[in-house]
Amino acid sequence: MFEEWREVLTRERVLGLVSVVIGLVIIAVAALFIEGGQVAEFFDDKLGTLFAPPSQPTLYILGALCCFAGGWQLYKGFRSTNVLLGTVGFLAVASFLIGITSGQRMNLPGLLQTTLTSATPLTLGALCGVLCERAAVINIAIEGMMLFGAFAAIAATSLSGGNHWIGMLAAVLVSGLMAALHAVLSVTYKVDQIISGTVINILAAGATRYMKIRLLSPAGLNSPGAIPTVRIPVLVDLPIVGKFFENDPTVFIMLFLLVVVQFIVFYTPWGLRTRSVGEHPRAADTVGIDVIRIRYMNVIIGGLIAGVGGAYFSLGLGQFEDNMTHGQGFIALAAMIFGNWTPLGSFFAALIFGFADALQGKMQALKVALPPEFLQMAPYILTMVILAGVIGRAVPPAADGQPYEKQ
Amino acid sequence: MSEREVRLPAGDETIEAVAEARRPSVLQVYRRPLLGICWGLVALIVLAVVGIVISKTGIGFILPLFGLLMLVTLALVTVLNGSLAWLEGAIVPVLAVVTALIIGAIVIAITDPQVLATLPNFLQDPAIVLQSAWQAISTAYQALLEGCIGSPAKISAGLEAWIVEGNARPFVSSMRPISESITKSIPYILAGLAVALGFRAGLFNIGAEGQFVIGGLCSVVVGYSVEGLPTYIHLPLAVFAGAMAAGLWAAIAGVLKAWTGAHEVINTIMLNWLAFRLVEWLLREPLESVQGTHRTAEILPTAELPRFFPYPIRLHAGLLIALAAAVFVYWFLWKTTWGFELRTVGANPDAARYGGISIGRNIVLAMLLSGALAGLAGAGESLGMTRNMTLGFQAGYGFDSIALALLGGSHPLGVVLASLLFGALRAGGTRMMSVAAIPLEITAIVQSMVIIFIAAPDIVRALYGLRAKEEEMVPTVIIRGWGS
Repeated sequence: MFEEWREVLTRERVLGLVSVVIGLVIIAVAALFIEGGQVAEFFDDKLGTLFAPPSQPTLYILGALCCFAGGWQLYKGFRSTNVLLGTVGFLAVASFLIGITSGQRMNLPGLLQTTLTSATPLTLGALCGVLCERAAVINIAIEGMMLFGAFAAIAATSLSGGNHWIGMLAAVLVSGLMAALHAVLSVTYKVDQIISGTVINILAAGATRYMKIRLLSPAGLNSPGAIPTVRIPVLVDLPIVGKFFENDPTVFIMLFLLVVVQFIVFYTPWGLRTRSVGEHPRAADTVGIDVIRIRYMNVIIGGLIAGVGGAYFSLGLGQFEDNMTHGQGFIALAAMIFGNWTPLGSFFAALIFGFADALQGKMQALKVALPPEFLQMAPYILTMVILAGVIGRAVPPAADGQPYEKQ
Repeated sequence: MSEREVRLPAGDETIEAVAEARRPSVLQVYRRPLLGICWGLVALIVLAVVGIVISKTGIGFILPLFGLLMLVTLALVTVLNGSLAWLEGAIVPVLAVVTALIIGAIVIAITDPQVLATLPNFLQDPAIVLQSAWQAISTAYQALLEGCIGSPAKISAGLEAWIVEGNARPFVSSMRPISESITKSIPYILAGLAVALGFRAGLFNIGAEGQFVIGGLCSVVVGYSVEGLPTYIHLPLAVFAGAMAAGLWAAIAGVLKAWTGAHEVINTIMLNWLAFRLVEWLLREPLESVQGTHRTAEILPTAELPRFFPYPIRLHAGLLIALAAAVFVYWFLWKTTWGFELRTVGANPDAARYGGISIGRNIVLAMLLSGALAGLAGAGESLGMTRNMTLGFQAGYGFDSIALALLGGSHPLGVVLASLLFGALRAGGTRMMSVAAIPLEITAIVQSMVIIFIAAPDIVRALYGLRAKEEEMVPTVIIRGWGS
């Protein structure tokens, strides 16, 4: 059944059709919902208005371009579908932005800043995933590790009298401890890695809520206040990009870790060993690499990084809430898959998710007539679309998910 | 198509093992006299029970006598088998649950405010700390026990009142805890079957929670919006709507896996979040009955699952649905060609493909059925218990079902037994919360410990110094990376 459908509806044709439909939708929306003569104004705090295209004509042009791209794909075909996807994606996002700002004003650099902030925990989670899966240990416990981290951060901050950096350290350590549990279960006891990860997720949801009700809230330890933002003196005064330099400290830590992990995985002997363990553990063992040790180290280091991501949630808010990670750990995993198991790729994927998240917030602020729940669904739907491989086929490490039996 | 176990030619070790097993045990040597004693005891107990009921005195002894009768039966089974082999399959799950409960006790003790307050004096007076820890644990677990089984004294007194005076009320209310345990296990049975069926087909359905909500919601909507139907049409219709909606919801993940190879774990989790958001919106706007209550209208009486007993006991006909579903899943998986194909795809997809079985079709079918079972759980809960839909309806049943399926070895009978245990834990946990002020989440901690010990039986064996067994008890779910 599926095989036959696949032959008629090849990926190229489906994408072409989808592009045409998107173009038509843009034109229809412009004609039906946008009043003529309205202007979508995008501004910056320091420069004032950046550009203000008249919304309806611009949307017509963008929609037509979108249809044309889809038609070209059906008629001749682009050399690579990624070109089509990039073009249509850009056109669709631009139209969307113009559509929702039509008749109002939007702070464009502000949107981009929120994108980076929202992408921070996702990137940290994805880095954890990259380290684990490059060593062939599937880690769906990122969510749980982050939740434990978020809890530990608040508890330690309160106990230390408001020192957020001690909170951060505690988050990192506790999350690392959970990662060690994952490593013990999945590497030593060869428990199915998905089950082991699920256990940690269930434990995290239960245990943090338990301790919050039993210990944190009665002792009044659940409100140490948010972590102060970091301001980099000169750069902050630049127009447009200036906003990036006044941010949650976690953002800067994330950028630093991103570079470090990318370097470690691809340019150091450690990274080479890790990758070989992920692709062909037996061969790696034969040349004298300690497969078990590499897996342990990678999973635990990954857990430490996920802890920073957990701290972002609670320290940024200044308190711990039940289930405050909201499935971001799983979205991080999707970002990692979309980013083809590389740190930099994951970061760009995380930026896309972050953009969806930021847009959702902006739309609530702009009072777009859509229920907020639908906007909150966007990242989850995006995850499913990306996982379905609409955008290129990802190739996981060959031994991903298989326990290693030493012979 | 039939399955046959293929045995490898026996090596030297197997022969030795067989020889050891043939050596007669003490039980076998003295089998005859032991059997005689056992039967004599049984006869005595039966006589005593009959005598007590007829003479209507000493009725309080009935319960302990029943306990003794069960022990004797177990002893009889052991003697008849000549060994404890029949217990072996149960030993790891039982030890896992016991260990998890012990860990739960430790957690309760170290998070108890009383214990924490006395902790600074530990070096001077350790006895006080230990005493308050013991106090905390015993209060909590006593509440747990009373919440799930009830107090034997009350049951005995109720029984006495019923038989002697003909007043059934005290007996009925004394049975409430135990009925509550069974009632709470109904959604567990169905959701556990959902996950177990997925496991058998090599799929990990983490989305039972979302499917549970979708099923409950659709049943409620059909339950209050369709009017003028007799019960025997309306009730099945509402149940079917819930099951079907949840099945289709889960089938999205199945189709995506079959078609594109996208892994069902992430997709079912994403579907969970989508379901929660969708229901939040529906309860906030279109389906809300009274502004600001975030709940739907009550279902019509024709869509209610009937309850078996008067008020304090809430046991409802969902139990029959759950047990029927367990039988159906067993029949489907082991007695039909479709079920065989499903299990083949789960056990070895390459062999299935080689044998001409369509993998895609079976993945979609498995997700559909799995979702439908989870939806039935939601339907049973909403039509039998809550009778409307509110926020937080799911209450963790879907996530707990993963532990259930593992504990029950992905077998319907195992799932039913494990569900009774979890239902009891939940009923007891609720009482523990009200009596000992211990958050309900302690059960989540205990359950995750159960999963750990079941999934890694070596830990349990190491803890209790047991020898490793040849074959694993839990069917292996092999997750093959992210692609298909």
